[in-house]
Amino acid sequence: MNIVVCVKQVPDTWAERTLRADDSRLDRASVDGVINELDEYAIEEGLRLAEAHGGEVTILCMGPEKASESIRKALSMGADKAVHLMDDALEGSDALATSLAIATVLQRTGFDLVILGSESTDARMGVLPAMLAERLGVPQLSMASKVEIDGTAITIHRQADYGYDQVAGTLPAVISVVEKINEPRYPSFKGIMAAKKKPVEVLSVADAGIDPAQVGLGAAATEVASFSKRPPRDAGTVVKDDGDGGVKAAEFLAAQKFI
Amino acid sequence: MSEILVLAAHDGESVKKVTLELLTLARRFGEPAAVWLGSGADAGRERLAEYGAAKVYTADGDGMTDYLAAPAEVLAALVAQVSPAGVLVPATGEGKEVAGRLAVKIGSGVLTDAVDLTPGDGGPVAEQSIFGGAIIVKSKVTKGIPIVAVRPNAVAPEASPGAAALEPVSVELSDAAKGAHITERVVQERSERPELTEASIVVSGGRGVGSADNFALIEGLADSLGAAVGASRAATDAGWYPHQFQVGQTGKTVSPQLYLAVGISGAIQHRAGMQTSKTIMVINKDPEAPIFELADFGVVGDLFKVVPQLTEEITRRQGS
Repeated sequence: MNIVVCVKQVPDTWAERTLRADDSRLDRASVDGVINELDEYAIEEGLRLAEAHGGEVTILCMGPEKASESIRKALSMGADKAVHLMDDALEGSDALATSLAIATVLQRTGFDLVILGSESTDARMGVLPAMLAERLGVPQLSMASKVEIDGTAITIHRQADYGYDQVAGTLPAVISVVEKINEPRYPSFKGIMAAKKKPVEVLSVADAGIDPAQVGLGAAATEVASFSKRPPRDAGTVVKDDGDGGVKAAEFLAAQKFI
Repeated sequence: MSEILVLAAHDGESVKKVTLELLTLARRFGEPAAVWLGSGADAGRERLAEYGAAKVYTADGDGMTDYLAAPAEVLAALVAQVSPAGVLVPATGEGKEVAGRLAVKIGSGVLTDAVDLTPGDGGPVAEQSIFGGAIIVKSKVTKGIPIVAVRPNAVAPEASPGAAALEPVSVELSDAAKGAHITERVVQERSERPELTEASIVVSGGRGVGSADNFALIEGLADSLGAAVGASRAATDAGWYPHQFQVGQTGKTVSPQLYLAVGISGAIQHRAGMQTSKTIMVINKDPEAPIFELADFGVVGDLFKVVPQLTEEITRRQGS
């Protein structure tokens, strides 16, 4: 089975993230880049499926030079090879353009199964898996907390407020995963050493056959008009419980008309 | 006046509150038209009328609520038919999927997680709250028909009568749309509590709660207030509470009128999911816990003493 896991490098969520004053874009330079957390679960699921059913796991990452650190980490977890789509022309791509670029590469590499985290921790749009499935004309099985494959039949548990939906489809397909699905492995020392020798194909927009006019900031279908820091919340009242903390809390709720 | 399509979120007979919020927002730009997939529009119609839907497009073909890609296909067909001025969907996992697919189908820009929507030059301006609520962004769609996914609880629904005329539409789903379908809905949580993202009050428990059994305390407090129950990642990772109730960066984002954080320290992971709540109350034994920075009212104390007392006091006051 040819499994491709899409990985995004994002600013560490533990750092303070901000937008650049001149172009309202995420300031990626000033913070450490890490693998988007949910993508680690996607990598883990790809590795488990390849272990169970045979096949190869390819990491696909669109991002600047710096993203190669995240690609190496994914390889050190056990993925076989990687494709790094890297081109200045891609900078500022919105979700539509990003999905076009990634779908174009996927068509080129071929796939039986594409796995993504259900959203990234930076933009948190959660639209890319659906956009990819739509562009590739394949089924999308989303928000998976469990995946089962039998031949070309794929069944997932799709997380819902009331429990889960069982969703069925056939390969090739795109799936997105939630963190409940597994526990991502840590790279072993052996894995880290092996990752250094694994092939990473670097593609430019031209290499991948992507129309440069349809990607990048110039092609964006949305724009940021303005941004501002949220004003700090007014300091609230904090009381120490001296045996009547619960009563005082209830008094506050009553004063605010919640009870 | 141009139509604004609003994807109705419903359970087969009644609409969810978020739909009424979307109708309220849609009225700022044009004439709201609800889009109802599956059966039950007859029953749901009344409520849609109350909140200003001029029309209700219904698509009740086979498998309309089972094929994951059906809503986007129906919306795309309607967009071609009525050229609306915008399409609004709820910013839930499912809603955002619909938004993404529709954006590709009709070549339009998409904005997600709007917390407000105001008219602007050349279309609606969406306010988004990003990086865990630290930054407020105003964005707009510059290409195509704006598709906006709006967070539940973004606005208070306001009633305003509309005709809600039922208009059946016939959409033949493509083979591609039939590629993935729901074969079974497994209900694990039979709860009378409101849905987490829609609730006007949310009570969440974290590491300090200490065990699955102790979550009964959180549930008791929630029930006294008619609230939904949430949990921090520490609590869901520990298996004390089901994963779908996780509030935070990798879970649900909630924006209720009142959020009670109990035994939660307030790591950025959690704050990202609740920082835009209108009023925040904190109960935690550690006075240095970062969650107190957000608190409108905080109690430094042992939750096992404060919560039962609070629950009892609420019940007493509600009773009188």
